[in-house]
This record gives sequence, structure tokens and C-alpha cells, in this order.
Amino acid sequence: MEIGLNHYLVLSTILFAIGLVGVMKRKNLLLLFFATEILLNAVNIAFAAISHYYGDLTGQMFAFFVIAIAASEVAVGLGLLIVWFKRHGTIDLDLMTSMKG
Amino acid sequence: MEKYLYIALFAPFVSSLFSALFTATPKKLFTGIIASLLIFTSLVSSTILLIYLFKGGEPIHVEMMTWMATGDLYIPFGFLVDQVSVTMMMVVTLVSTVVHVYAIGYMDHDKGFNRFFSWLSAFVFSMMILVMSDNYAGLFIGWEGVGLCSWGLIGFWFHKESASWAANEAFIMNRIADLGMLIGIFLIYWNTGTLQYDGAFAAFHTLDPTTLTWIGIFLFIGAMGKSAQFPLHTWLADAMEGPTPVSALIHAATMVTAGVYLVIRSNELYSLIPDVGLFIASLGTFVALFAASMALVNRDMKRIIAYSTLSQLGYMFAAAGLGAYWVALFHLMAHAFFKALLFLGAGNVMHAMHDELDPFKMGGLKKVMKWTWIMMTIASLALAGIFPFAGFFSKDTILEAAFADHHYVIYGVLLFTAGLTAFYSFRLVALIFHGEERYKLFGIHPHEAYRFMLVAMSPLLLFAIIAGVFQEPFFHMVEELLRAHEYHIHSHTTLWIMLLGTQIFVGLAILYAYKKYARSGIKVPDGTSATENSFIYKLLINQYYIPYFYEEYIIRPYRELSAVFWQKIDIKIVDATVDGIAGIIYSTGEKTRTMQSGNLSTMLKWMVVGLVVLLSLAVIFGVTVRYSDGAASALSGLGVM
Repeated sequence: MEIGLNHYLVLSTILFAIGLVGVMKRKNLLLLFFATEILLNAVNIAFAAISHYYGDLTGQMFAFFVIAIAASEVAVGLGLLIVWFKRHGTIDLDLMTSMKG
Repeated sequence: MEKYLYIALFAPFVSSLFSALFTATPKKLFTGIIASLLIFTSLVSSTILLIYLFKGGEPIHVEMMTWMATGDLYIPFGFLVDQVSVTMMMVVTLVSTVVHVYAIGYMDHDKGFNRFFSWLSAFVFSMMILVMSDNYAGLFIGWEGVGLCSWGLIGFWFHKESASWAANEAFIMNRIADLGMLIGIFLIYWNTGTLQYDGAFAAFHTLDPTTLTWIGIFLFIGAMGKSAQFPLHTWLADAMEGPTPVSALIHAATMVTAGVYLVIRSNELYSLIPDVGLFIASLGTFVALFAASMALVNRDMKRIIAYSTLSQLGYMFAAAGLGAYWVALFHLMAHAFFKALLFLGAGNVMHAMHDELDPFKMGGLKKVMKWTWIMMTIASLALAGIFPFAGFFSKDTILEAAFADHHYVIYGVLLFTAGLTAFYSFRLVALIFHGEERYKLFGIHPHEAYRFMLVAMSPLLLFAIIAGVFQEPFFHMVEELLRAHEYHIHSHTTLWIMLLGTQIFVGLAILYAYKKYARSGIKVPDGTSATENSFIYKLLINQYYIPYFYEEYIIRPYRELSAVFWQKIDIKIVDATVDGIAGIIYSTGEKTRTMQSGNLSTMLKWMVVGLVVLLSLAVIFGVTVRYSDGAASALSGLGVM
């Protein structure tokens, strides 16, 4: 069986769903970051696959952008996470409720 | 000459603004003085303009700036000084100068001294706009301006319930009439395409009589409100709640004559529709008699003079309606002088008597108030039309005009009214100045007014005496503009019989008034005498029950209707709808605020919900659009696609 565009898209959808569930379920901030990375990479797979399918490099270029931005985002996020951990001794999401409406 | 036009127009405006600066501060004498000086400047400029026009100068027409220019509509702030408006300007500025100076003394102890001058000067400015404008729109601005200032001045002592009520009554009644006037102005624009006097007058000749009649009627409705003609007359007597200088300036000499001015100014229109003219004359005649009859029994000094004003306005309308525009204008001028004088004299008496208005409680004041007595007597003689005072020339000419035009009913009624006028004027003079000193019973110590107030009144006194000599020159000045012609009664015998007859009739009325009211032994009426219980007396003292009728059949039903609308429609429907919408939004917010738990995890879940919802919508839209042409066109119609 030849692996076509649909397989990539299905993989991407499955990964995205896993990431989404992770975003909703995880209570640990670090694991939340992991879930976000899964989401971004699911999209990256879709970008790369569609780009290859159409023979257009724009999609792959975009995937690189996403990787770069994800990296910087994680760097900033981890920095904040460390500060938070030093101050509060925990990174549990349920305890971060200072912005109650 | 344009310079003088602008000075005459804007000096009162500057005066008003200047005094307005000090409205929140205690009395400052200089506001009164500066306001008077500025109004005097305006008087001087008007005089220069009058002399210029009198010597045969061309009317001055300036366009200060454009006011409205949209499509075919072009209305400038244009001003016109011709023989008619300069006459009005003279009357307005002369009387207002006198009244300003007089008011410095009259309002001496009033807390609102500065505010008073601000309103008074604003009134003069509005009146100047009214008479100087070269189009109906500008006239209407002035018209509303004087209405507003009249409201502010009638209700000047607004802490008095009656004063603020009277102010509102005057304003509302004028608004009703102004609607008529506005319709008239719209009709003029509709049919002629312009509101400029010269353009509109030229176009009137091409219109059909029905249209002209409607225009004439609606404009006259406006005039009826401002000049307090029946049935919109009740406000004028109630307007006497204002300070007396205001009554003298606004409710005797100037504002109430604006209606007459409008008819005179629109003479080209009214001379095309003699039927409306005849109606105006008849109404004027009726009001002359009607108001005079109410003045016969009234026991409020100022109201008597107000009814007399109303009656004289009736004379002016009678003259204007019959086409004798110049006579109407001349009577307007003469009347302004002697009636303002009469009011200011009444103001002196009021001051002396500590605001007592019932002449039955006065009596014998001529000993302490010699000058006021002389002035009021002369003003009353002028009002009664005794030779050689001002009223003789103006009022007798109205009678002659009616007679020469063969309107004998109008003539007869006006002649009879002249007798009534003489009677009630001298009833007032006799009760105030002659007879026993009844005021002593009430423990009042009257005193003469300040000397400068009497000096301020002297120009009016002078004009009340000599205004008659201006009749010929005045006639020649306005002859061309108002297409005036002198009224000649063919037979000299008839003329002399008429003149002497009128004089004797009026003289007898005066003597009768003196005989009846100057004697000693007059008591303050207490409602027990036979006269006071007669039907006619009750009818007259209650002003023919017209205010009662208005109260009972217009104001009260209106108030009840308003209450129903307020409780049923406003509260139950309009308010309920608005409150309902607000309530829904509020409760939604109240319920959904629990979403904002501050928990990042919960927020992320809501974010995912939002994403899913938006995604589903996008899919639904996409599918619908692809498979249905109808939806596509509907969406493109909304501008979505």
C-alpha cells in the first residue's frame, strides 16, 4: 500500500486530537507544554504533506517558521515556569487561579 | 452705513454677553451701566440710519455670511435696513435704552441684577435680528429668540410658582403659534423657492390665490401667538408676573408688536389676499373690544395695562388688515412710547406701594408721586387719543381708515372701544392718584422713585406728547415701501364731526371715570356690592372664563391623557422593553461569569469549545454555500461572500 496524502492527514489529525486532549486534561504545566508541542507538530506534518502534494514550498517554509516560533515560545515558557516553581514550589494548574473573574 | 448697521445689531449682543459673565456674582452696578451704554450705542446707530433713510438714502442690504446652502436652498445671514425696519429699530432701541436705565433703579435690590441685564440685552439683540433680517428664516430666529428671552424674563423670579407657570404658559402658547408660522414659511419656500423677502414677494404675484391664502393664514397664526390675539391671548395678562421693566419693554412696546410687524412686512402678500386681510381686521377689532372690556373691571394695575396693550394690538391689526400698513406701523410706534411710559409709571407706583397691585388700595398718591402722576396721566391721555398727544394722531387715523374704507362696523366697534379705553385708563389713574389715601389703612409709606429713573422716562414722555408731529414725515418716508395712501374723507363736515365727536365721546368717558373713581368714599371691594355680583362683572373679572375653559377642557384632559400614556405606554411597553433587554444581558453575564474561574485548564477547555463551534459553523457555511444557490445569493447579499 502506497502511503499517500490522506495517511499523513489522518496521522496529523490523530496527533492533533491527542494534543487537544492533553491540553484539556493535563494539570501539570510542563506536560501542558508537551501537549502544545504535539499540537504544533501535528500541524507541521499537515503543512509538510500538503506542501509536498502540491509541489509548493510555501507550506514547508511555514512549518519551519512554526518550529522556530515554537522553540522560542518554549524557551520563554520554561523560563516563566522555573520562576513560578521557585516562587510557589508547584506547577499544578489548579493552584494557579489568581485571575478569577 | 453698513458699519452702523452692524453696530446697531451687535451692541446689544455684546452687552448681553458681558453681563452674562457676571451672572453668578453679586450685584455689580457697572453691568447695568455698561449694558445701558451699549444699548444707547445701538440707539445712536439706529438714529443715524434713520436720518440717512429719511433723507432719501437707499435701503441698506448686507449679507454677513452664508448660513445654509444646500442644493437649491440658500439662506444667508442677511440684514436689511429699509424704512420699515428702521422704524422698528428706533422703537426697539429707544424703548430698551430707557428701560435699561430705568431697570438700574428698579432692580436695585434684586439678587439677579446682572442676570437681568443679560437677559434684557439678549432680548434686544433677538428683536433686532427679527426686524433687521432680510428673509423669513432670519426673522424666525429672532422670533424664537425673543420668545426665549420673554420666557427667561417672565420667569425671572422663578422661585415664585406663579412666575414660572406664567413663563411656561407664554412659551408653550407661542410655540403652538410658531408651528403655524413655520408651516407658513415652509409653504413660502415650497412655492417660491426662496425665503428672501424680495424674491418671495416677487414670486407671490405668480401664485394662485388659494396657495397665497394658506400662506397668509399660517403666517398670521404665528403673528397671533406673538401678538397675543384671541384665542391665544391668555398668556399676555399672565406674563405680568415678570419684573415691570420687562412688561414695559417686551409685553407692551416691542415683542408683542412683532406679529404686527410680520403682517406689515408681508404687506405684498396680504394686499394680494384681501379676504384674509378682512379677517385679520375683524379679529383685531374683536380683540380690541374684548380686551378693553376685561380691563374695565380688573383690579390688578399691571393686568389692566396689559389688557390695554392687547386692545391696542387689536387696533394695529385692524389697520394692517384693512391695508393701512403705514397707519398700523405708526400706531405701533406711538403706542410703544406711551404704553412703555405707562408701564414704567406703574413700576414706580409698585415700588412705592411695596409691590401692591390693587389700585383700590392706593388712592391719593399724587401728593407723594407728583412726577409719576404727571407722566401716567399724559400717557393715559395719549392712550385715550386726546389731542394733541400721540394717540390722537395714530388712533384717529385708524378710525378714519376704517371709515374711509366703508367698514362701518369695524369703525363703530373701534370708536366704542376708544371710549372704553379712555374709561379704564382714567379709572386706573383716578384710583391710584386721586381720592382718599386708602393706602394708609395698610400702613404703607410711599415714596417717589429715584430721580434718574424719572429722567430716564422723560424721552418717552416727550415722544408720547409730540409723536403726532412725525405723522406727515413718517408717511412720506414709508409711502413708497408700504404703498401707503392718505385717507381722505371727502366731506370736511363729516371729518370735523368725526374728530370732534370722537374727542367729546372720549372726553366724556374720562370725566365719567374721574367722577366715579376720584371721589372720596371708595372702599376696597370685598365682593358684597351689587355690581360685583352682577353677571357681567363676574364674566369680565373671570376673563370670560377663558382661562378656566383652557384649564378645564385642554390642560386637564391633556394631563390625564399624559398620565395614561406615561403609566400604560411608557412604563409598561417602552420602559419594559428596554429594561427587559438590559435584564437579559445582565443575567446572562451574571450566569456566565462563573466560567471565569481563573483556572487555566478550564479556560483552555472553553477555548477548545469555542474552536469547535467556530469550526462547525465554517463547515456548515461552506457546505450550505456549495450545495445551495439560494443560500449563496443570500450570503452575497449580506456581503459575507
